[in-house]
Amino acid sequence: MSTNGLIGKSVKRVEDKRFITGRGKYTDDIILPGQTYAAFLRSPFAHAKILEITTEAAKAMPGVIAIYTGEDLREVNGVPCGWQVNFKDGTTMKEPKHPLLAVDKVRHVGEAVAIVIADTREHAVDAAEAIMVDYEDLSCVIDPLKAAQPGAPLVHDDVPGNVCFDWNLGNPPGEVDEALKNSAHVTTLEFVNQRLVPNAIEPRSYNSSYDEANDRYTLYTSTQNPHLIRLLMCAFVLGIPEHKVRVVGPDVGGGFGSKIFHYTEEALLTWCSRKTRRPVKWTATRSESFVTDAHGRDHVTKAEMGFDNEGRITALRVKTYANLGAYLSTFGSCVPTYLHGTLMQGLYTTPKINIDVTAVFSHSTPVDAYRGAGRPEATYLLERLIDLGAQELNIDPAELRFKNFIPPFDGVNQPGYQTQVALQYDSGNYEGVLKKGLEMAGYENFRNEQKANSNGKLIGIGISTYIEACGIAPSAVVGSLGARAGLYEVGQVRVQPTGKVSVYTGAHSHGQGHETTFAQVVADKLGIPMDDVEIIHGDSEAVAFGMGTYGSRSLAVGGSAIVKSIEKIIEKGKKIVAHKLEASADDIEFANGKFTVKGTDKSMGFGDVALTAYVPHVYPKDLEPGLDFSSFYDPANFTYPFGCHIAIVEVEKATGKVQLKRFIAVDDVGNVINPMIVEGQIHGGVVQGVGQALFEGADYDENGQLTNASYMDYCMPRADDLPMIETGSQVTPCPHNPLGVKGAGEAGCIGSTPAVVNAVLDALWKGGYTVKDIPMPLTSERVWKAMQ
Amino acid sequence: MNITINVKVNGVKYSNTVEPRLLLVHYLRDVLRLTGTHIGCDTSNCGACTIHLNGMATKSCTLLAVQADGMEITTIEGLAKDDQLHPLQEAFRECHGLQCGFCTPGMIMTAADLLQHNPNPNEEEIRTALEGNLCRCTGYHNIVKAVEFAATKMKKEVAV
Repeated sequence: MSTNGLIGKSVKRVEDKRFITGRGKYTDDIILPGQTYAAFLRSPFAHAKILEITTEAAKAMPGVIAIYTGEDLREVNGVPCGWQVNFKDGTTMKEPKHPLLAVDKVRHVGEAVAIVIADTREHAVDAAEAIMVDYEDLSCVIDPLKAAQPGAPLVHDDVPGNVCFDWNLGNPPGEVDEALKNSAHVTTLEFVNQRLVPNAIEPRSYNSSYDEANDRYTLYTSTQNPHLIRLLMCAFVLGIPEHKVRVVGPDVGGGFGSKIFHYTEEALLTWCSRKTRRPVKWTATRSESFVTDAHGRDHVTKAEMGFDNEGRITALRVKTYANLGAYLSTFGSCVPTYLHGTLMQGLYTTPKINIDVTAVFSHSTPVDAYRGAGRPEATYLLERLIDLGAQELNIDPAELRFKNFIPPFDGVNQPGYQTQVALQYDSGNYEGVLKKGLEMAGYENFRNEQKANSNGKLIGIGISTYIEACGIAPSAVVGSLGARAGLYEVGQVRVQPTGKVSVYTGAHSHGQGHETTFAQVVADKLGIPMDDVEIIHGDSEAVAFGMGTYGSRSLAVGGSAIVKSIEKIIEKGKKIVAHKLEASADDIEFANGKFTVKGTDKSMGFGDVALTAYVPHVYPKDLEPGLDFSSFYDPANFTYPFGCHIAIVEVEKATGKVQLKRFIAVDDVGNVINPMIVEGQIHGGVVQGVGQALFEGADYDENGQLTNASYMDYCMPRADDLPMIETGSQVTPCPHNPLGVKGAGEAGCIGSTPAVVNAVLDALWKGGYTVKDIPMPLTSERVWKAMQ
Repeated sequence: MNITINVKVNGVKYSNTVEPRLLLVHYLRDVLRLTGTHIGCDTSNCGACTIHLNGMATKSCTLLAVQADGMEITTIEGLAKDDQLHPLQEAFRECHGLQCGFCTPGMIMTAADLLQHNPNPNEEEIRTALEGNLCRCTGYHNIVKAVEFAATKMKKEVAV
């Protein structure tokens, strides 16, 4: 196959021009003819009965077009969950209805009670404020442990004990118990992986319209997967015909998982646009985003890791309570299970593993995938345990990891690694990334400096070595694990008659730079200039189908679908050239944008072949005209990126303030198409992970109020909180996809959190403070208290 | 009672009658349709709406449109001169200082203000200047690089 060397180059992004000049087009930038605006009245209570809603006064206010409450939608379905997890006894998880507007009861602060549609945003807000609701406040429960206790207030009357499902994976519990009993040492940690608010800077925004003359709907939505939204909304919620619905995800201002899900507002606005025969737009305020965007993490865990006399891990036993919030969000059920439990092997040869998960409802905002989704929680658990184990066994934490790593394997000459928890890793060299990380950090020097400094500043170094499963994924596998959709991707390559190329991908870019990376792949493989390639995504009308972007899957799955189509283009091109040059198709070679008859100087350029395909005057009889192929790619396995993150921190003795001094990230994400973009993904991911370690956390009070629901109160990482990120890389290609790529979107966020926490605890430990754990985020107050 | 305001935005004079409660950012986006200025929060913390008001970086959600009466405003759409990108715009592209692009206009407008007052900022000064602008994608790393890059380029241009 041809190459012009574009793969592997840090090509500057083609999409940037519109963004740096203010000409990006996000959903809220769109105003349609006859536009109306929606505002919501939302519950101020975590749990209450709705006794009465009075809308008369509001309806009479200026500009109001319509007001709807749950009563008007009683017969409309709720939004579905896309992943079925069964109880240990085989029964199906509990799936209470997730209504578009609350009916009879509200179950979390921020749940929508009424929608107002008016001619301006201001009129809609004014009217929403004029709606009167009579509530009967009920007791609520937020903490997942308390929610699972007998007698806890019920979130759904038909879900006993608030348990959505319980789930177990790994070796039989008895074997793990036995292995732990026989271990020389057992390290135990009980901790909370705190709830986070995703906080994409673009708030969620939807604009839905209905064309009565043609019975067609159009929904503009800030989503990561327009086709999936269309499918879920049409087939499960509104029962409207899919072919009559166009869903567009235009420029989207960050997602981080929170824009994967089918939200109630998307379906509701679509329903309202038909009722009112007007386009309806709604954009969340940040205050609404805080209480309605699906949150992330929120696990309460007890984990035990056994070691033998040599420091080898003997067993791992985990019990996690996962908080799902008030309703099942689209992928809420698979995050604590198939994206978390299946990662308990980590990078280590642990022979016996068992994880038990109880997923519970609580009176809080639904919880779902947030950057990394389950894998950061798994990595945090393992990397905190192994570091604590190292402290307790008085072994260097790097040495303890080297002792336990799975040996290198490339997945080609050596088979993949079968874990105890269902997955088979594709390829890996785990020692390699740790060695490189230690070198970059100057680990030994740091340790010497730390010793010399023992009476001065508290300085610490923290290691985290992670693996993740991404490139989600083989449909058959995810189907057997409960996914209710296939997880392939679609890639269409349409060569225009002049040889210019339009590429349609089912993946969606909301910052990842697909318009550049994918164009590099296409231009490289076809041997044509990048300017001749355009990547089209995000519009169900343009792109045949797609599963969207999450789980670091775009390039591994979506890129591979495009490569498949390119192969078909070249194969057909060879037939066209063979006919024209009177040779056998087997004798045609394609390189550098040129088809050549082997061993001769007879050739045809790519553009000539394209023109011939569309102007088929001299053309093979058995071949259709045109040069346009679409492919579905369903991979053979997940991909398994891995890496080593190292944090160096300074802790102020007097205040407990943590300063992140250096951060080193060595990531192996397989082959790299655009190193600049991959590094950018790592930087951003790392800082989100640092955010969890040091700054962020959703704080609910006992009444179910989110007390830090604004940027004044929720501490986001800011420019002056951070050092430059030092990145290094290693390349272990993925053996099972044509590009050899693994995925880089979530890696930074998965590896970084435990590195920072381990560094702080290392600083304390080495400074003479025997602190076992500090709950995240490691604020000055918490660190200082731990030191007292 | 609606009020008439006169403003000059990106060199063009506008006269509009607006509700007194209309925020400047909504005036720019909804009335003038300059949608490059974004809204990311409701507490003036995120900086996505940063514009230049009489030459000074200002969060356009912190004031009402009527308060801008008689003033000159530059938005991201007006930063390039005669189709020539501002060095910061070029630098953000050159250094991969943006991903989803949503915070980018505000970041660039804030950074432009910094470079007007301090043409030679060090890393710490850049980070301090940008702490009122949130970015969730880049980890700020390449944004800091971009500001450094632009500062160097602007110095060279002055020297020429």
